[in-house]
Order: sequence, then C-alpha cells, then structure tokens
Amino acid sequence: MSSGSENNMSPEHLPNEQDAEGTVAVPGADHPFADPGLPAHQPRKQDIDEKAAKRSERVVAFLFLLSMLATVGFIASFVAFPVDDIRYVWPLGHVSILHVMLGVTMGIALFCIGAGAVHWARTLMSDVEIADERHPIAADEETRSKVFADFQQGAAESGFGRRKLLRNTMFGALALVPLTGVVLLRDLGPLPEDKLRHTLWGKGKRLINMNTNEPFKPEDIETGSLSFAMPEGLEYEDHDFNTEIAKAALMLVRIAPDEIKDQQSADFGVDGVLAYSKICTHVGCPVSLYEQQTHHVLCPCHQSTFDLSDGARVIFGPAGHPLPQLRIDVDDEGYLTALGDFEQPVGPSFWERG
Amino acid sequence: MSTTTTTSTRRGKAPAGEKIADWADGRLGIYGLAKANMRKIFPDHWSFMLGEICLYSFIIVILTGVYLTLFFHPSMAEVEYTGAYAPMHGVRMTEAYASTLDISFSTRGGLLVRQIHHWGALIFVAGMALHMLRVFFTGAFRKPRELNWLFGFLLLVLGCVAGFTGYSLPDDLLSGTGVRFMEGAILAVPIVGTYIAMFLYGGQFPGNDVIPRFFSIHVLLVPGIMLGLLVAHLILVFYHKHTQFAGPGKTNNNVVGMPFLPVYMAKAGGFFFLVFGVIAIIAGTTSINPVWVLGPYRPDQVSTGAQPDWYMGFSEGAIRAMPAWEWNFLGHTVNFGVFIPLVVVGILPALIALYPFFESWLTGDKREHHMAERPRNAPTRTAFGAAWISAYFVLMIAGGNDLWATHFHLSINAITWFVRVGLFVVPFLVFVFTKRVCLGLQRRDRDKVLHGRETGIIKRLPHGEFIEVHEPLPQGEMHRLTSHDQYAALEAGPSVDDNGVVRKQSLVEKLRVKMSQGYFGEENQIPKPTVNEYEEITSGHGHH
Repeated sequence: MSSGSENNMSPEHLPNEQDAEGTVAVPGADHPFADPGLPAHQPRKQDIDEKAAKRSERVVAFLFLLSMLATVGFIASFVAFPVDDIRYVWPLGHVSILHVMLGVTMGIALFCIGAGAVHWARTLMSDVEIADERHPIAADEETRSKVFADFQQGAAESGFGRRKLLRNTMFGALALVPLTGVVLLRDLGPLPEDKLRHTLWGKGKRLINMNTNEPFKPEDIETGSLSFAMPEGLEYEDHDFNTEIAKAALMLVRIAPDEIKDQQSADFGVDGVLAYSKICTHVGCPVSLYEQQTHHVLCPCHQSTFDLSDGARVIFGPAGHPLPQLRIDVDDEGYLTALGDFEQPVGPSFWERG
Repeated sequence: MSTTTTTSTRRGKAPAGEKIADWADGRLGIYGLAKANMRKIFPDHWSFMLGEICLYSFIIVILTGVYLTLFFHPSMAEVEYTGAYAPMHGVRMTEAYASTLDISFSTRGGLLVRQIHHWGALIFVAGMALHMLRVFFTGAFRKPRELNWLFGFLLLVLGCVAGFTGYSLPDDLLSGTGVRFMEGAILAVPIVGTYIAMFLYGGQFPGNDVIPRFFSIHVLLVPGIMLGLLVAHLILVFYHKHTQFAGPGKTNNNVVGMPFLPVYMAKAGGFFFLVFGVIAIIAGTTSINPVWVLGPYRPDQVSTGAQPDWYMGFSEGAIRAMPAWEWNFLGHTVNFGVFIPLVVVGILPALIALYPFFESWLTGDKREHHMAERPRNAPTRTAFGAAWISAYFVLMIAGGNDLWATHFHLSINAITWFVRVGLFVVPFLVFVFTKRVCLGLQRRDRDKVLHGRETGIIKRLPHGEFIEVHEPLPQGEMHRLTSHDQYAALEAGPSVDDNGVVRKQSLVEKLRVKMSQGYFGEENQIPKPTVNEYEEITSGHGHH
C-alpha cells in the first residue's frame, strides 16, 4: 500500500487510462460495440391516448379515495371495538378485533397513498430519461493548492509549529481531560471482589422446595425425578430475589447409589440425592432438561449436556466445566440442609475463577 | 441599486408560494441547494430500492418508538400484576414487563404500534443486510464510495445493537435469557470481563439497572449516532450521485434516469407509504414477540427453543458450535469456548467491512467508478461474497440447532459437528462453485456477443446440414455486454532490474501479485470479446 510499492507496479494492468474528465478513452467510436447513445423514448399508452391517461387518473384518484375511507375506518374501529374483545378469526386464530382492524385499516390507508403516488409517477409523469453529467469528486489542482496554502498560512500564524511548549502542553491537557469522563463511569457498578464466588447457600441452610415453599426431606425426592430448590430465608418478595436466585438456583435428583460413578459426588449427597447448581457453566442459562434413564441434563439454550451420575461432567456442548455440586446432609428434623456454600463459583467461568 | 428595486417589484406581485420560498431563501439560501438537487437524476433499478426500504423502516421505527416511550416504564422495580391480562394476575414481574403487558392489552392500538416497531426493526436490519450485499456484489463500494460503505456498515452494526437492546427491554423470559447470555459472554473476556459485567449490570446479574441502562442505549445513544450516520450516508449518496448499470448512453461520467422532482419525489415518497402500509398490515395480522406467552424473566427459568432475533442468529450459532475449550493457568481461567466465538462474531462482519480497501489495494486502481458491475464480471469478488454469506448461514443453522433437531428428527450432536466442519468446508465449496458459475456466465455473454443470440429457428442448408440461426445482438446490447472493465493480472516482474541489481520484492508485494493472478489471471476471468474477434467471426460467413 506504500507509495514505494506503487512505483514498482506498472499501471498497465488497469483497463484504460482516464482523461482529465474521468472518461475512459474509447478508441474509434464507430465499432460494433460502441455506445449507440440513449435509445429514443418509447411513448406509453398514456402519452398518446388521452383516454388511457384519464383511466390512470381515475385509478390514482380511486386509490387516494380508498385511503381516506380506510382512515375513517381506522378512527371508527378505534371508537367502536373494545380493547379486550378477543375473538377467533380465521386464519389468524384468537386475536384482538381492535388490533387487527386498526392494523388493516391503517395499512390500507398508507398503502393506497403509496400505490396511488407510484401509479401516478409511472403512468402520468414524464418517463423521458435524462442524462446528468458527473463531475470528479476530487477538487481541481487550483483549489487544492489554495487549500494547502491557506492551511499553511493559518498554521504559521497560530505559531503551532514554532511554539513547541504551547503545543505540547495543549496536547497534554487534551489528553488528560477525557479522564474526567472515564472516572465518572466508575460508579456504574461495584468492583467484582469475590461476589461471583459466593451464593446464598451456607452451613445449615435448608433446601426449600420451589413448588411448595416447604423444606425438602430426602424421601420427597423420587428416583428419576428432578426438583428445584432455593436456600432457606430467600423469599419471592425479596428485593434482590432475582439476583440471589441467579446464583443459588439448585436442582435435586435422586440416582440409585450403585449408578453414581463418581465417589466424591455420592459423598456430597444423601442416599443418592444429589444437589447441583442449576446455572449452566457455559453462559448461565438454567439447565433443566433431565433425562432420567441416562441421568443426563441438557441446557436448552446451547445444548451443553452434563452427566449427573458422574459429577455433572460435560459430555457434549460448549460448557467448559462441570456444574458445581452442593454438599448436603440431613438435619436433626430430617430435612435436607446444605453443609456450606458451593466449593466452586457457580455459573459461567470468568478470568478470576482460577 | 436598481436591481433591488426590480426584484422587489417582481416579488411584490409574486404568488404566496413564491413569497414563502423567497423568504426562506433570504434566510437559508435554499435556492442553491434546490438548483443542484430539485431535478437531480436518479437511475432506476429494482435493487436500488433496498436502501429505500432501510430508510423508511428506520423512520417508521423512530416514529413508533417515540410512541412506545410514552407508555413504557423502563424500570426493574417489582410489582404484582393486576392489569388486563388475566392469566398473569398475581404474578411478580418488573415494571418493564408489566407496562409492556399494559401497552399490549389496555392501550388501544398499543399492540399494533409495538408490533409495527418490532416488525419494522426486523425489516430494517434485513433491508440493510440485503442493501449491503447489493452494493457488495455490484462493486458499488469502489472509489469514491468506500467511506459511505463504512457508514452503511456501521449503521448495520448499530441496527443490530439497537435491535438487541430493544427486544431485551420487555424483560420477558426469552429476552432475559438473552441478557444472561450477554453476561456470560462478557465474563468470558479475559482480564476485564468481570469488571465490565459488574459495571454494565450495576453489580451482579441481573441487578436493578440493566433495563434502564439498555433503555438509554436503545432510545438515545444508538439512534442518535445512527441518525447522524444516516444523514451523512444520504448526503454522500446525493453528492456522489447514484451508480448505474451499463447500457446504451450510460457512461462513467453521466447518470441516466429520471428527475427527483417529480418522478422520484412521487415514487420514493409513495414507496415510504407502501413500506409503512405493508408493515402495518403485517403487524396487524401476524403476531411477533408475544411476551405475555413467555412470562416475566426469572434467572432460574427458561423456555426451550430460545432463539435471538434473526440477525443475532450467527453469534448464537458460533457460541453453540464451539467446542468446550476452557484453560486454567496461574490461577486464571480463559473461557475460549465463549471467547473465540465472540472474536469470530467480530471478525466475520469485519471481513466484509474492510473488503473495499483490500480490493483497491489489490487493483491499485485510483479512478472513480460509477458503473455498477454485474456480479459475474467480478468472479472472485462474487465468489468471496457468496462464501461469506454461506459462512453466515452455516452459523445461523448452528444458532437454531435445537429446532433443526426437533423439526427434522436429527441428532443435535450431528448438527453441531456438521457446523464445526461445515464452517470451514461449506464456504470453500461455495467459493469454487460460485466462481465456476460466474465464469460460465461470462462465457455465455462472450458467446452471445460473438455469435449472436439463439433464435430457435432451424435452417436446412442446400447440402443437407441443419443449423440454428443465430441473430446478432443489437448494438446497444453488445455495448452493454462489453463495456465492463477488465484488469490484467499483475506480473511478478524480473528478479533483477535493468542494471543487474537484484530487485527486492517484499512479501506483501509478492502476495499482491499472487492475489492479482487469482483475481484477474487466466482461468479466473473470461476475456471479453474484442472488436477484432467479432469482425473476424462475422466476416467469415458459414461458420458458426
């Protein structure tokens, strides 16, 4: 791209040299491929037959009239149909009559204006083709040198090149001042610290059934079932419910102990009841499609598949590591409780995860 | 001055319209602009309409968007729904979601405007993509239009950003999943990802800030930039004057067509109403993004078949098809499984955005080009464009791999593997195939010029031979088929110069020669017929 390489390249590979006006020189304009020039205008029916022109006029006027009627129809529909009138209309299914009527009348009102204008242009306005000259985009040499001379004069008068101290301090000031704006962005959010490492789970917190809002007992969970739990103390009404459940969501499965391939995973559970994070380690969707025969759980977003009988190992898809498992036990009253928080951060991986 | 008196007397008698125009001209100087543009010539071709669709759908989306802001509450404050939609009664949701339900069920015409807004946005992005491909395949990005190409490209990218932030606003189960996806993607950025996520979401996901922040981005920041780019884009279209296809009377230094006033004023103005009317009818009859079916967003819930809007499909595909590569070292995690797709999603559009600069470097052509090329006459460029599209579509297939699997009873693993391999193989095959097709079409054009068009009339010669009569093309048609530029391929040049000194050829220069051969060398374009060839063939009667 440097000018050096251009000098080494001959311009012979370019098709034809352009002259100053940018035209391509055509040798001998009377050869069989020469440009015969714009073809003569072919008159339309409307150009020669006044009756046809009148017909076009009527069509256009009819379209405009139709548009007016449709606008009236729009206003009438707005007034006439109640907003909650849902009815079955073939082939649209159950729809709001008001909505459909407004859409159709508005569409017709707009469309007919467009159709009328285009028909008018196509049939009644002149369709004689005209050629406009193009002029080179780049300025001529005189303008160019005037601009450069003006700039140099202006630059010299400013003393920009001569007074280096002024120039350099100005650059310094201009470089620093945007920092004010950057600093202002600091309070957009808190620093990450170890927020992504902890969830609401902790020692002694019971596993609350998200369907019944009651604490789970091991016997509530049948082999082959998939249940969802949240930590004791979290309420739907809590201000930060979504933010907490986004990390703490838990799924419970019961797998026959002899089918659990991973010993540590079995030890983390209670009689084959295993508690895994529901948040996919790929980008954070809740994994929820459980196949009880294979103990595979699939994330419906990006199809990462985890084997819950083998420590939630990733067996397919883009997730990079297993779902973290929560260590659980049964407390004195027979309820499932957590023995602590997840040992690994839940959800998608991040730089500081380690 | 005497002229002043004469003009004032003339103006004294002028009709009201003229008076207003004079008043405006005296303050705005509009006559200069009007003189240059009122009868400006625009060439006609159906494909030039694609850009208009973008312009009009943008206006429609702005109009409907302003209406929606009057009713939408961009707030993540939790409320218990008590509105008109009975199935959601008592459900906890954000104000954003509740107000979207209110717009859809309690505001007369609210659902219509919402759906016009969403349909308009989809058509806007689709229109921009098609418009970009039209410009690409006809070489209309060449000098002097490279910057306008970039403006258009930025508009497309920003259109996607506006679309994503827009469909996230209702805070429904589907869009919330998209916002979660975005969090996971940001977290995958090495070193700064965690910080960016905390700053964007105002803390941990989802927090209480992301909807209002997306709202500012969606209604203020992005449309503001887009409006500026759009105006610049249109000014440049006027300034450069539109490209035109070859034909009799059409040259590189004229533009042939019909004047803005009245023909294009009516056609283009009318077309705005056509586009608006069609979108209104679609919106009135075809449901889009029925958020009430999905329910409010909960981070622990998800629906199956979750898909982004179509234009984000390729990024979804990249992230689904990527193998699970995650590296842990020195106490840090690099999630290549997510980060590499992010990079791919950036590189793929960048390839097409920067292509004009590559081609101008390759040809070294500094001339202005105002003739739109036929795709066949730039076989390698056309093949590259087709390969690019195919890569996009392969990723889009991956973005819906679950739907392909359920609808066609295929294994999702097989589809994913097809995409992993296909992303590299399919564009290559498409490239080869497209180039062959272009060369074939060039040969046919050459044949038509030299031998005329087949008439379908079979003639029996006196000695019994049957021939098909070929009719010579009209001169205008022959001109059209032979008027395109053809570059000669660069030659490597001697390795020593005239004085016997070894010429140093940089690697870049060698690459340029190689590329040039690939573009314009033998077998890579069919030489257009010359006058000599034509005369030789037409003078030798009896041959065909």
